[in-house]
Amino acid sequence: MDFQYANVLFGLLFGAGFVVLNVSIVNRILAPKVIDPEKTTTYECGEPTIGSAWVRFDMRFYTVALVFLVFEVEVALLFPWAAAYDTLTQAGGLFAFVEVLLFLVILGLGYVYVWRKGDLDWVKATDAQTSNETVGVDNAANGN
Amino acid sequence: MDIDFGTIMFFALAIVAVVPAFMVVLARDIVRVAFWLLASLCGVAGLYILLGADFLGLTQVLVYIGGILVLILFGIMMTSKDPLHEKATASGKRSPVTGLVTGALVFAVLAAVIVGVGFEENKGVSGGEPTTTKLGEVLLTDYVLPFELVSVLLLFVLCGAAYMARRRREDAHA
Repeated sequence: MDFQYANVLFGLLFGAGFVVLNVSIVNRILAPKVIDPEKTTTYECGEPTIGSAWVRFDMRFYTVALVFLVFEVEVALLFPWAAAYDTLTQAGGLFAFVEVLLFLVILGLGYVYVWRKGDLDWVKATDAQTSNETVGVDNAANGN
Repeated sequence: MDIDFGTIMFFALAIVAVVPAFMVVLARDIVRVAFWLLASLCGVAGLYILLGADFLGLTQVLVYIGGILVLILFGIMMTSKDPLHEKATASGKRSPVTGLVTGALVFAVLAAVIVGVGFEENKGVSGGEPTTTKLGEVLLTDYVLPFELVSVLLLFVLCGAAYMARRRREDAHA
């Protein structure tokens, strides 16, 4: 059996080996072993963490992930087009370009929809949640 | 059976696909289940690419590993109130008979399909060659209309998903 992607395999193995080498082996040899409570915190050089991470996350993450997924499928469908673009333009001129433009415009409508409906709007969603507590500033900034 | 590079790769990838799949069933922690599923999907993507279905493998990596799994993890993050490591799966509480019957039925259906395909007669269009370019060519010549309809379908999916997610969010905060 011919294996077409030996270079991809090599790249993956090289990358994995590089990470293992640096994280597990070179690290043990070179790193100075200084025990420090600061080093065991979640973000050594960041904000001090507050509370537990085991909380219910907001629905907004899920909405954004759904939108992301649809556009990801769109991108996946663009790969064959991009790979065949040269032969397609030689055979049929601008047809392939216009078709994919139409494809993108139709999905762009969906993007406009979620944008206009405020599904991507982080601040507006926050207002809806805390409308009784913090009114005014975000609303004014948001224009609605 | 002669051992060549493809055979070795097949068994290596099959192990990557099957062992994590077992762990998906056996692991008690739902977050670990999600990450074992990630490993299993990686193995399946590797098998697709080994078979010359490079577009399928790419889509598997992009959509399932990069998208669906993130969605699953977000789903776990949003539905659990308790610490996640205490939220074990309920597989131990189910009746073993139900599980056996369901598993046997699924296995029977899959086995019937796999045996009935006739892999010798249907070796695929490409014969092991990369498929992405060929797919692109037929997608924009013979299958232009389905290609455009896919975008309309995706548009509906996007609007529907956004609508349902928005309604649930408004319900949650009403």
